[in-house]
Amino acid sequence: MSRAAPVAVARPALDVEAIRREFPVLARQVHGKPLCYLDNAASSQRPQRVIDAVSAYYETSHANVHRGVHALSQEATDLFEGAREKLRRFVNARSSREVVFVRGTTEAINLVAQSYARPRLGPGDEILISWLEHHANIVPWQMVCEQTGARLRVTPMTQSGEVDFEAFRSLIGERTRLVALAHVSNALGTVVPVRRFIAEARRHGVPVLLDGAQAVPHLPVDVQELDCDFYCYSGHKMCGPTGIGVLYGREALLAEMPPWQGGGDMILAVSFERTIYNDLPWKFEAGTPHIAGAIGLGAAVDYLEELGLDRIAAAEHELLQYATVSLSGVDGLEIVGTAPEKAAVVSFKLRGIHPHDIGTILDMEGVAIRTGHHCAMPVMEFYGVPATARASFAFYNTRAEVDRLVDGLRVAQEMLG
Amino acid sequence: MDLHDLYRDVIVDHNRNPRNFRPMPDADCHAEGFNPLCGDRLTLYVRLEGSVIRDVSFQGSGCAISVASASLLTESVKGRTVEDACRLFGTMHAMLTRDDSGVDVASLGKLGALSGVRAFPARVKCASLCWHTLDAALHRQTEPVRTE
Repeated sequence: MSRAAPVAVARPALDVEAIRREFPVLARQVHGKPLCYLDNAASSQRPQRVIDAVSAYYETSHANVHRGVHALSQEATDLFEGAREKLRRFVNARSSREVVFVRGTTEAINLVAQSYARPRLGPGDEILISWLEHHANIVPWQMVCEQTGARLRVTPMTQSGEVDFEAFRSLIGERTRLVALAHVSNALGTVVPVRRFIAEARRHGVPVLLDGAQAVPHLPVDVQELDCDFYCYSGHKMCGPTGIGVLYGREALLAEMPPWQGGGDMILAVSFERTIYNDLPWKFEAGTPHIAGAIGLGAAVDYLEELGLDRIAAAEHELLQYATVSLSGVDGLEIVGTAPEKAAVVSFKLRGIHPHDIGTILDMEGVAIRTGHHCAMPVMEFYGVPATARASFAFYNTRAEVDRLVDGLRVAQEMLG
Repeated sequence: MDLHDLYRDVIVDHNRNPRNFRPMPDADCHAEGFNPLCGDRLTLYVRLEGSVIRDVSFQGSGCAISVASASLLTESVKGRTVEDACRLFGTMHAMLTRDDSGVDVASLGKLGALSGVRAFPARVKCASLCWHTLDAALHRQTEPVRTE
């Protein structure tokens, strides 16, 4: 993405080869060829230090958190809450009370839908989303609309794959109770200029949830600067473990929300007559949490911050430009989604060849991409295609890997074109 | 695993030039098939004369494997009895999904070209979709067939 040039100390660009050595999986072969992993928007890979952080926890410090007086429980609690503090800093939340550990972006959005939106919605109220959304930012709202009689409104998208801001302005109104938007589109890579949308929502006094699953691995996120109310993201797309993610919520809103699941850890006192809920953020963390996942995610944050999100964004932007030019040179290839500001995602179709066949042929070349609807069927419908092929890049990818993608597409053309 | 075992010449040919790829206004039965994972969609039409399949055609969009499989299906079941076609469905299903099916691939004629799909588990549903859809059409199922 385009960013202002760093003013003070510009660090040297990332050393991709040194970075690649930190990711054990990148050394493996697939079908006899070196793995070329270009499916990062679905899930990234992990560096050794994240794997080590998870292993070390299980090897030396595992016990349940917030419970025992014994040494291991205290260590596990310190590691777990220490990870929360890292995650707070990562998105610049005001307080760790605003950082709720969840399974991932999907659970974060469902939590907000059920705990924030559901008690506030009635017939005629509206939730406003956009056409670009991942199913995870559509279906939870449909469910809560069904439960309350509220209505789901959808801001249209443009041919280039952007959210139509003027349409958004005409759709937001006095019945709008919440705006939920992708920060970065998973299917197309569009970076949504969310500040404009948030400012408009503010004018109407409407809170805003951002689906940041695709944004946090690629660009610096500051929830205070964005001025959003909820920000949801997943660990596994940012070099962390699967099954762990974060819901950032503005403290005043979280404080008013009822718990979303009941159980241990989310209570202060229980009797059969009455239960007193725990303080934030534990009120939303019923049951034994994914302790190892949180610790691994904390290690991933350390790693990304050491590399620098600004340098990551610069490296990925360079790859995106190279890939866009290279792919545009393939006869019969059409890039789907051409917004001026994009994360390192290229969705495309190839004349006469179905994406599923492209995926299989590339796989045999060792190249992993995603093919299908990318959990964004409305976006596919908008472009009139059942599916696209999608290459998505991380900072550990190289130009040589882009070349292998292009070579693989030529193999597909020779075979099926 | 070799790509040429998946995309054999017969399959490439039937993908490029699908046979019996047309609607059938006077069909006795038809069914829809849908593979949500990759978005393959097809409608299969059948015209019967007694218990014999007199004509069969299809329309839709999908990957090379699903289009070629449907095209080969139309060629292979035309003229067969319903009972015979259902038996062939069983044979194809076994060949596509089981290592120990014991199916004599040579006896299947052109349909044997699909035996290579077995080595590509992610693609088995592409090849079997049309067969499930035929089964649904012959049994007058009204719900679309889904492979997920």
